[in-house]
This record gives sequence, C-alpha cells and structure tokens, in this order.
Amino acid sequence: MLEVKNLNAHYGAIHALKGISFTVNKGEIVTLIGSNGAGKSTTLNSISGLIKNRKGSIKFEDEEIIKCRTDEIVKRGIVQVPEGRRIFAELTVEENLKMGAYLRNDSDGVKKDMKKVFDMFPRLAERKTQLGGTLSGGEQQMLAIARALLSKPKLLMLDEPSMGLAPIIVEQIFAFIKEMNEKDGLTILLVEQNANMALSIAHRGYVLETGNIVLSDTAEKLRTDDEVRKAYLGEG
Amino acid sequence: MFFKVLLNLTIAALVLYIVVKFLSMLFDQVTFWVTSLEEKKRRYLLGGFGIFLIALPWLTAGNPYLLRTILIVGIYIILALSLNLIIGFAGQLSIGHAAFYAIGAYTTALLTVSLGLNFWLAFILSFVVAGLFGFLLGVPILRLKGDYLAIATIGFGEIVRLALINGGDITRGPAGIPGIPSPSIFGFVFNDNISWYYFIYLMVVITVIISYNLLNSRLGRGLIAIRDDEIAAEAMGVKPSYLKILVFTLGAALAGIAGSIFASYIHYVNPDSYTYLESVTMLMMVVLGGIGSIPGVIVGAAILAILPEMLRTVELYRFAIYGLLLIIMMIARPEGMISMTSLRGGKKPSWQFLKLGKLLKPSED
Repeated sequence: MLEVKNLNAHYGAIHALKGISFTVNKGEIVTLIGSNGAGKSTTLNSISGLIKNRKGSIKFEDEEIIKCRTDEIVKRGIVQVPEGRRIFAELTVEENLKMGAYLRNDSDGVKKDMKKVFDMFPRLAERKTQLGGTLSGGEQQMLAIARALLSKPKLLMLDEPSMGLAPIIVEQIFAFIKEMNEKDGLTILLVEQNANMALSIAHRGYVLETGNIVLSDTAEKLRTDDEVRKAYLGEG
Repeated sequence: MFFKVLLNLTIAALVLYIVVKFLSMLFDQVTFWVTSLEEKKRRYLLGGFGIFLIALPWLTAGNPYLLRTILIVGIYIILALSLNLIIGFAGQLSIGHAAFYAIGAYTTALLTVSLGLNFWLAFILSFVVAGLFGFLLGVPILRLKGDYLAIATIGFGEIVRLALINGGDITRGPAGIPGIPSPSIFGFVFNDNISWYYFIYLMVVITVIISYNLLNSRLGRGLIAIRDDEIAAEAMGVKPSYLKILVFTLGAALAGIAGSIFASYIHYVNPDSYTYLESVTMLMMVVLGGIGSIPGVIVGAAILAILPEMLRTVELYRFAIYGLLLIIMMIARPEGMISMTSLRGGKKPSWQFLKLGKLLKPSED
C-alpha cells in the first residue's frame, strides 16, 4: 500500500533521513522503533508532506506522492496523528473532530463517522462541548486519534501515541489501535519509543538508527532479537 | 507641583483598577447570563437590541455631539472587527491596519473628487482596492511569523502614509483632499447624522454577520486551528498560507470600507488620520476587548473611541489617564473584557471583588 524508497530528508543543514526504504502492506500494523533523534518522526513528517525538503520516492497505492502537498496527501487517505497530540485547545471536542473532516464534503458521511468515534470513545461524547485544552492527556490522545479517523484514512500514521501518558492509559490506547486494525482493517504505521508496547501489537517492524534502517523483521522476531532487546527493550 | 501630579495619578490608578475589576466582573456575569440563555430567549434579546439600535439616534435627539461620537464608534467597530479577522481569527499580528483604512479613504476621495465618480461605485472600489493591496502585501509577508510579520506590517503602514504625504498632485500631500461629496441614493442625500447613523450601523451589522459566519464555517475552524497549532492544522489538510492570505485580504477590504465611509462623512482626507498611532489604537481595541471575540472587540472599540471624548473634562490628565488605563487593563484583565473562552460558557463567575494581592502579581488566568 505504501512503498518508500531511498527517502532523504533535511532539516536545514541536518541530513535527518539518509535514504531509507520500507513498505507497509494493506491491513498491517508496521512500527518504526528507534531511539531519540533516529528519524522516526521525520519519516512520518516526510510522508505526510509536513517536511517539504525531501527526496526519493513515496508510492501510495502505486502512485508517486513525493511531490504532493499535505492537503493532497490527506485527501488520498494518509493521515497523521502528530507527536504530542496537538489538540486544538480553543476548539471544542466536536469542532476538533470536524477539523479532522476538514477536506470532506459528504456531511452525511461525516455525521455517521462522528457517531462512530463517539461510540468508540464514549469519554469524548461526554465532553463534546468542552474545549480541547481542558481534556486530560489520555483524553487528548483519544481525541487526536478520533480526529484523524474522521478524515477517513486508509493509512493512519501514529507518532508516539504513548508519550507522556500513564501506563494504564497507554494500554488502553494500544488496545484501541489494535482494535481499529483488526475490526476495521485499518492500515497503521506506528512510530514509538516504547518499543515493547509497539512490537506487541505490530505485525512487522523496522529499527531506525541515525537516519538509516538497520534492521527489519516481523515483530515477533524483533522482540526476541538480542540486539533489539539490549538497545530498545531495556533488557540485558 | 510634581508631588501633586504624582498623587493625582496614583489616586486615578486605584480608581481605574477598581473600575476595571468591577467592569470585568459585570461583563463576566452578563456574558455568562447570555451564553446560558435558551436559543429562543437569546433571539428575543437580539431583537430587542436591534430595536434599540434603530431607535438610538432618536434617543440622542438634541445632542449632535453624542450622535457624532456614536458614528465614530461605529467606524471604529468596523475597523476593529476587520483587524480582528486578521489578529483574532488567523492569529497574525498586524500593526499596519491604518494603511488599508487610508487606502479606502483615498480611493473614495480620488474617485469622487478627481474623477467625479458616483459615491457608491467609489465605495465598492474602495473595498476592492484595499482588498487588492491586502492581497498583494499578504502574499509575500504572511510567511513571516509573529514579530517579523508585525514589523513588516508597520513598514507597510509607514510606506502608505509617506506615499500619501509625498504623492504630489495626486494626493495633494499633507493638505489632503477636501470636498468629498455626501453620498446620495435615489435623490436622498446623506447630509445629516441620522442618515449617516443608519448607513454606518448597517455596515457594522454586515461586518458582524460576516465575522460570525466566517467563525462558524469550516474556514473559521481552520483559522482557529492554525492559530492554535499550525502544524496540526496542516496535518488535517488545512492550507495555512491560503487561509491566511484570504482572511488578510478580507480584513484589508473591510478596513477600506471604513475608510471610504469616514472620508465621505467628514468630506475630507489627509494623511494625519492614518498614522502609526491609529494602527496601534485599532490593535488596542482588539486586545482590550478580547482577541478573537466579536462582542469583545465591539466593546473594546466602543471604550477606546469614547474614552478620549469623556476625558476632555480632565484636559490636563487626558493622555496620562488613557495610558494608565491600558496598563491597568493589561494587569487586571489581560484576556480582554469579553474573552473568547468566556463566550464558550463555563463556570458561573463569582462576584468576589478585589483580590488586592493580585494587583502586584500578573494574573494567572
């Protein structure tokens, strides 16, 4: 579904991605793990077009999208839940969700999807008219995911959904991610520092190190790989 | 003498602090009351307010000075609301708004006096020309952020003012252009304050409606989203530069309308009316009233347009008090008289008065 080939990205003078290649197949959860500064978020930002200075090839459903603007990419069905949630603090929960449907013109479909995410996250339904900024961290993460779902993604890219959340909330969020994948067949590209959590729900994984992919395998195998265990799972 | 002035100003500061605090609470109560009204009752209230607006000139009968002040307030409301589109909705700090006001005024002056065009045509062209300048300026400078954008807009404001002063035979320099005719429609001439009142406040109502519709549209949500978090907005498919340019153009065009009205109301334009200070006054109206809040900005415009008139009685202290009020407002009520968040409902505000300890600390809310 997504085919990234020889992707390079620059932040000013910093060469953040040095020609990485990977694929995401339909219906999969693929995770990119790696330490801080390895280029995980940069990868997502390059795919979604938030980073303009990028070279190489990104094919989505067999079409080249590296030259596309972010709004065109969103329209094609790649939606990113940015790092740190980035809820619109001064919009209500409902308006935040409507922002997710910003590019959609089928108001009936939007209404239906709105109902669907409210069923999925009843907490958000309770807080429908509350301002986004007044939600707790976990609720904000749910809202960020729900907001992305309203743009009807074919590929959902999640950037560090566990960041800054209590372990019990992290488990909830990951259970949601797994459910979306299993029940709705949503394809997910997941970036996580919490490698353990990510590998527990993913099908396949890639390990990033300073802008290069150094390892790729099924999640199962990565979890038992000695190097990975030592470097990212905190086991000796 | 020196101590006497100091003493007077200290007393004034204390009085102003109490007044501001009291007004803030009053506005909180009223805002809470209105926002928690049922839809139907709110319509009645709006209708009642409409009737009041229609009757207002007759209520001031016999006091032309008062009516004239109300007209000036109306022009400032249009200006402040148009600037609010740029600052409040799109979050772009512009301190050169008087430039578009000037462009609108001079467009009307030049077209009616020098070319002898009909006022209504000039009026529409003022809207178009000011909007065009807004667009041409917006395209290169809206990629700048915060302070840099502010400085660029100040620069533009100065360029326009200097161009008017040095415009030779066209703008007639500092002397300006006199003799702008009163507009007329089907033989009815706008030559008294009452007819002007209805015209100006019709434009105010239209500006308010434009603002509300923009705010509650997809576009408005996109703008607030940009203001809250530009990157997240972009990730949702919003095109920030496109929306910013659009709203900057609209804001400039509406300021052009205010300029056109002002020019034909006082029958005269000269560069002194469109200085940097004028831009700052508009900015203060928006900030004082509550950035992004439509009723707030209207209140802010009214307060700052009426205050200099009211302070005429204390001639000596007029500008000192004006400045003092701004400082106290920012300490006592930094979010503005009717903040955007207070309009979104919330807890019932308390009448708890004067927490003096807060006077010295910047308020946390």
